[in-house]
Amino acid sequence: MKVWHFSEMAYHPAWPQLRDSYRVIVPSRLYDPKIGADLYHRYLDEWALCDELGINIMTNEHHATATCADSVCTIPMAILARETKKVRLLALGMPIGNRNDPIRVAEEYSTLDVISRGRIEMGFVKGVPFEIAPANTNPVDLMERFWEAHDLILKAMTSHDGPFNWEGTHFHYRSVNVWPRPYQQPHPPVWMPVGSPGSAMEAAERGMTIGVLNTGWVRTPPIFEAYRNKAAEVGRPMTPQRLAYMALIGVGDSRAEGERRADQILGYSRTSGIVAPQFMNPPGYASPALSAQALKTSGAV
Amino acid sequence: MERIQVGGVSLEVTSVGEGPPLLFLHGGDYFAQHRDFFETLARQWRVFVPRHPGFGRSEQPDGFRTVHDLAYLYLDLIDRQELGKVTLVGSSFGGWIALEMCVRCVEKIDRLALIDAVGVKFGGREDRDIADIYALSHDELLARTFSDPAGAAPDYSRLTDEEAVLVARDRQATAHYGWRPYMHNPGLRQWLHRVRVPALVLWGDGDGIVSADYGQKLCRSLPKARFELIRKAGHYPQIERPAEVADAIDRFARAEVL
Repeated sequence: MKVWHFSEMAYHPAWPQLRDSYRVIVPSRLYDPKIGADLYHRYLDEWALCDELGINIMTNEHHATATCADSVCTIPMAILARETKKVRLLALGMPIGNRNDPIRVAEEYSTLDVISRGRIEMGFVKGVPFEIAPANTNPVDLMERFWEAHDLILKAMTSHDGPFNWEGTHFHYRSVNVWPRPYQQPHPPVWMPVGSPGSAMEAAERGMTIGVLNTGWVRTPPIFEAYRNKAAEVGRPMTPQRLAYMALIGVGDSRAEGERRADQILGYSRTSGIVAPQFMNPPGYASPALSAQALKTSGAV
Repeated sequence: MERIQVGGVSLEVTSVGEGPPLLFLHGGDYFAQHRDFFETLARQWRVFVPRHPGFGRSEQPDGFRTVHDLAYLYLDLIDRQELGKVTLVGSSFGGWIALEMCVRCVEKIDRLALIDAVGVKFGGREDRDIADIYALSHDELLARTFSDPAGAAPDYSRLTDEEAVLVARDRQATAHYGWRPYMHNPGLRQWLHRVRVPALVLWGDGDGIVSADYGQKLCRSLPKARFELIRKAGHYPQIERPAEVADAIDRFARAEVL
């Protein structure tokens, strides 16, 4: 089993001043860059320690929020690519349906892979609903863009014979020719967070590693089962490393101490999802059937 | 409810009344609240109301991604249904479609009535001509949409599952066509001189989504248009003041051409 250290590089000094929405509309005057600099260095120091201890490192990104001050997941990765020497570096990840330029994503991941001498694991994420407003991307065809960007990025990282043409539904390039090419061949391992058996099967078909977050002991087994079955069906090699799980746990010298810490972590989980309701269900992000239920329950438009 | 095929697209349509043909293009939301308006119009007109592709029970064809597709579809619809020369009425998002039709071809369009239409950008890059309905709280959205939210806003908790899915489809399709650039076509303004038909620009005096000032700018951009305010109405005057809006359209239809 591989273990990963994950931090959202939170800017917690602003939390006491947050009210109805912890995201999207929080003004950046609540951010003191001097304190922010200290925090970035603290998080990077923690990750340097991870490298010494042999714990792999995971970054992510969110936008317009004090809960996660890592708005470009490949920037801390770029520092870590040189500063660390041993561990694997996972960005989980890049919201490729919200980024306007997939070629830039391919260039960032390839460069990181070469600098780190092949230690990059590249995550592609759909992004939570409240990431739509900061990106101003159309929520209706988010997944269509996600898969087109995914296909284009992988093709760009694995084509080595000069420019190729891409005139898709959402992305248009007449001369795709990514330099450098990645260190790992044919490309770094690809990750995708999933929350349902359906998306697990989509990942299994493509040989992606899935990251499942806090789905607990009831929802997780069917997701892993769907992945294993689909991988077997399409003949993809199956290893335990293809299935990742993020759990919230607290560790202490006593049971009480462990529970106190677990509750602290759970407190983060309880609050970081506080978002003004209008950003929680942008039209088309969920299916009409799911949105219809939300409409009836909240009465909201 | 009827269905028609236009080209390869299957559309849900409502067709009521007798009289000269009136093609009504609905806005993004609150379609179910139009019953009184359609009944009132039907006394004078043969009212033809298609549900836009992706809205209601109309299909969403893969290739339909912009308002341009809707404009060509409805120009085709007028031809193929042999409606003759129509009075074209567009509300909000439907007004945008109507304008896109008129800058292309007014051969089959007798007159144009716009009700709190969107689709055009007048202000600078930091001016928000059209309120961002996706960033407003529920209460503020209703307050900006209706003159009397308590009286006009529907109670969605009472909808059947099927009715709620139709509203969700409407919202999804509106975003599909209007998300970015937000509810307008940056190139449309420069072609508005091509709207060479008599036009009536109706506006709710309490519209907090697109102000009456925007409506007056739109009116001044059209070659043959006049402006009329509807009192005690918001963004959908035909929902809050159906008789007044229908009456304004009737008077406009009878009036001498400007």
